[in-house]
Amino acid sequence: MSWLLDSLSFLVDGSSWSGRGGLGARTVDHLGLAALSLLVATLVAVPLGLWLGHTGRGGALAINISNIGRAVPTFAVLVIFVLLPQPFGANTPSFVLALALFSVPPLLTNTYTGMREVDRAAVDAARGLGMGPLQMLLRVEMPLATPLLMVGLRIAAVQVVATTTVVGLVSTRTLGSTITAGVATQDQPRVVAGALLVAALALLVELVLAALERRVGGRSSRRPTGRRRRAGQLAATTSSAG
Amino acid sequence: MLVPVIHAGSVADNCLVRNEWICPLYVQTRSSQLLAALQEHLLVLVLSLAIGLVVGFPLALLARRSPWLKSLVLGAATLVYTIPSLALFVLVLPYTGLTVTTVVLALGMYSLTIIVRGVVAGLDGVPSAVEDAARGVGYGPRRLLWQVQVPLALPSLIASLRVAGVSTVALTTIGAVVAHGGLGNLLFAGLDTRFFAQVLTASVLTVLLAFAVDLLLLALQKALTPWRRGVAA
Repeated sequence: MSWLLDSLSFLVDGSSWSGRGGLGARTVDHLGLAALSLLVATLVAVPLGLWLGHTGRGGALAINISNIGRAVPTFAVLVIFVLLPQPFGANTPSFVLALALFSVPPLLTNTYTGMREVDRAAVDAARGLGMGPLQMLLRVEMPLATPLLMVGLRIAAVQVVATTTVVGLVSTRTLGSTITAGVATQDQPRVVAGALLVAALALLVELVLAALERRVGGRSSRRPTGRRRRAGQLAATTSSAG
Repeated sequence: MLVPVIHAGSVADNCLVRNEWICPLYVQTRSSQLLAALQEHLLVLVLSLAIGLVVGFPLALLARRSPWLKSLVLGAATLVYTIPSLALFVLVLPYTGLTVTTVVLALGMYSLTIIVRGVVAGLDGVPSAVEDAARGVGYGPRRLLWQVQVPLALPSLIASLRVAGVSTVALTTIGAVVAHGGLGNLLFAGLDTRFFAQVLTASVLTVLLAFAVDLLLLALQKALTPWRRGVAA
């Protein structure tokens, strides 16, 4: 286990964190790219999921997009984006677009499912009280769909922190490049330190968002019924690694 | 009319020379390279799923013995699944080096976490009335498991195999970091040399492989659970 001790001493060494290629700069870059991608994906997927769920249209799209997202390798999309002519290339917009594409499926699927699982009686009652469509969406459906929306957000966030690592395979950015550079130069402590740091970040995001989920999701609207839905949830509630 | 071509005659004009994204000539001339990469991809897939199933199934049975074991196993599964694949490859690396074993072990661990959850969910979903009925007509624990519980848990088990299989195909590409990423190696090399046809062909093949695996496992489920015909999968 000496490699573990070596990498731990690499992690606590202040000089490993400083400088342009240091762990500090790479971590900030990593989290920045991940956050930006998650923001873009949320701005697209959540309104779309709310709208599709409210109208009940596009269900097949909202469900199947998760399967497609799983089948397409992030690495392949990143390589293609880097090789495409301007405005693509090895730049921030390319990376954010690629990472956001992979964050859309969990957000969209869970937002849609959350909206569809809102108790119809609650919607009918809201209509009976004279609420308009927008009021109904904002004051009845959205609060009831929030627990599943939060599940989607957690899955997307953990996944994007993981997949941001792959950016290190196509450029010299993020903590992924700390790992790839270390592999190339056979610098074991650096490699393992980068890996430990990325794993810790992903776990931290999972724990923080899971705690947030429990606080927000006090009134759950989920009523799992039957085997079919359970099998679907298996895919929907696990944070996918990238 | 004279067309100014440098070294006309020595350089053929085809999609490889023009470095086009879509190039049938690439597929023709590099078919052995593509097949070798595809073979490695399949090897990783089959071995990872085998590890996931062989270790995951008994682990799921163990997890169902007590509530605290269940939360321990499922918690550990979530923990492992959260670790980014590139990091997981590298954490196995000190033991296995730059070999295909590194990729297989890491992706086997992911499959394991998905399959454990699938088996537990499937077995939990077996109606207790059915289990009681089986016990009532004299089924022992072993027969109850293999003839009643496992068949009824199969849809959930195979659903988890499909998720694990499709993710494994996609994640194998990242194995390029340890030089054993199957089609991912071609992506990695194509990025360095800006070889567009190689990148697109390898990407498309990876996606096709993932869909093929998904359909194959779906067909397997249909074949193994004939009583569910007519029920949407």
